[in-house]
Amino acid sequence: MKDFPYTESKDTRSGFGAGLHELGKTNPNVVALCADLIGSLKMDAFVKDFPERFFQVGIAEANMMGLAAGLTIGGKIPFTGTFANFSTGRVYDQIRQSIAYSGKNVKICASHAGLTLGEDGATHQILEDIGLMKMLPHMTVINPCDYNQTKAATLAIAEHEGPVYLRFGRPVVPNFTPADQTFEIGKGIVLNEGADVSIFATGHLVWKAIQAGKLLAEKGINAEIINLHTIKPLDAQLVLESARKTRCVVTAEEHQMNGGLGDSIAQLLAREEPLPLEMVAVNDSFGESGTPDQLMEKYELNEAAIVRAVEKVMARRK
Amino acid sequence: MSQDTSFAASSAPSATTSVAELKQIAAQVRRDIVRMVHAVNSGHPGGSLGCTDLLVSLFFRVMQHTPQPFDMDGRNQDLFFLSNGHISPVFYSVLARSGYFPVSELATFRKLNSRLQGHPATHEHLPGIRIASGSLGQGLSVATGAAQAKKLNHDPRTVFVLMGDGELEEGQVWEAAMYAPHHKVDNLIAFVDRNGQQIDGPTDKVMHLGDLRAKFESFGWRVLETDGNDFEKLLPTIEEAQGLLGQGQPVMVLMDTQMGFGVDFMMGSHKWHGVAPNNEQLEMALQQLAVEKASDY
Repeated sequence: MKDFPYTESKDTRSGFGAGLHELGKTNPNVVALCADLIGSLKMDAFVKDFPERFFQVGIAEANMMGLAAGLTIGGKIPFTGTFANFSTGRVYDQIRQSIAYSGKNVKICASHAGLTLGEDGATHQILEDIGLMKMLPHMTVINPCDYNQTKAATLAIAEHEGPVYLRFGRPVVPNFTPADQTFEIGKGIVLNEGADVSIFATGHLVWKAIQAGKLLAEKGINAEIINLHTIKPLDAQLVLESARKTRCVVTAEEHQMNGGLGDSIAQLLAREEPLPLEMVAVNDSFGESGTPDQLMEKYELNEAAIVRAVEKVMARRK
Repeated sequence: MSQDTSFAASSAPSATTSVAELKQIAAQVRRDIVRMVHAVNSGHPGGSLGCTDLLVSLFFRVMQHTPQPFDMDGRNQDLFFLSNGHISPVFYSVLARSGYFPVSELATFRKLNSRLQGHPATHEHLPGIRIASGSLGQGLSVATGAAQAKKLNHDPRTVFVLMGDGELEEGQVWEAAMYAPHHKVDNLIAFVDRNGQQIDGPTDKVMHLGDLRAKFESFGWRVLETDGNDFEKLLPTIEEAQGLLGQGQPVMVLMDTQMGFGVDFMMGSHKWHGVAPNNEQLEMALQQLAVEKASDY
């Protein structure tokens, strides 16, 4: 099992904030909108240095999505910022009609996704956002795993023409991906080559998958670990290559089983290469208050859960 | 029946188009509307007929715009957004007759493989459409964003947007109504089609909108009121609205119209919101919509 040393832990949302600030300097067409959550989204630096290109919307997310669509008419590249819940479910129709169906070049940037929002509880812990967004035709859906990758993804989506949903989170997590890694939308990253099982993880669960890989190695199981930061378009070629090699698959994500990464991979395998699959995801449940670590344990989204899923899927392998 | 676009060519947008000419164009547009909805036995004639005079005023006299080649960004052009997308027949007719696409294409309205979707869509790349609309309440936000993009681009032109009055029941409209004055979006003129009707009946009975002038003024808008079916009143009001631009406030024009205006049996009733005329009714309507140089598609 490869080692993934890191010297610091940071929140992915700060990677977004750093990326946005850099875009402010390098791309004059980038504008930002925020619905009363500048600090939470780490947009402070952009607001301070590029005030003429920042629009405070107040607590009015529907208006924010419409404004963003309008700003593209005139060549702007709007980045909207609010929590994942208010970036998706609250404004689904606005995104559907004014952004996705209208083909507008809006970047919907969503923080505090998933259970690791923590103590605020289920009202704010959206676990359905990937599904909502990936169902929209032509929407790109990205969930990076750490600070460096979130920053790189933020820079990359500005260069991509079309609507994008960029999902990140609140807690501090190990920052282990190379700072100079270029972000390729739709291209998964093989973190560890293995022959016994394929683990496809996204977002915060990538680090948990690496931890699970170490535990599995102690048991003599050689896991292939792949970071699928882009849920849509799915890197089908990479998924199928790995699955055909290992003959069994585990997916891991901080999202509902319904509509998430695992759901996308299950569809792909069922069509192309039916193989045993286990999903580490929330099983048709809302979240609740608690610390991020407590919640990830209770809802079985940690390395122990991944190890259990691997053992289960390997037992099913023919 | 002529299939050419001569009417469009002879009526190219111009600040000098006379009221008499505008009336002729409006009659032709109304003919298009009733024929389009009759042809597919679906669509929304009532609001379309009521808003014809506004759209004809904007596209044939007020706005500076370049129909071809169509530029989605609309740099250095006045822009128009239709928020109440169900009145697509009037929008399509005015776009075609001001030169955005062939008038003959109006015959494809609401049919399979058409660029003229039931509600306006950018998806089919129909020139003149800059945003999809139909799900109500979104147009004011989009227009406000486009107006702010113009400011960032140092583009001196104006953004116009039309909303229905029933549409004001959507909460997003009031989010945008709060935002535009706060951010001093003073290159924006919004119109409300105040016909007092919505699908389930008179607006006053379905959901009373209250004092719209007071509401928008209290949010920081400059508010004008006019008759939307009388060019002699509508055109000076639009001119007055343009005169109020650039003073730190957006401008709202509350425009009284009659649903179905121009066709007596359709006028003033919500019953013609989304109903097409039958053959006999079409003939009656066309008789009332006489035009000197008719050029039906």
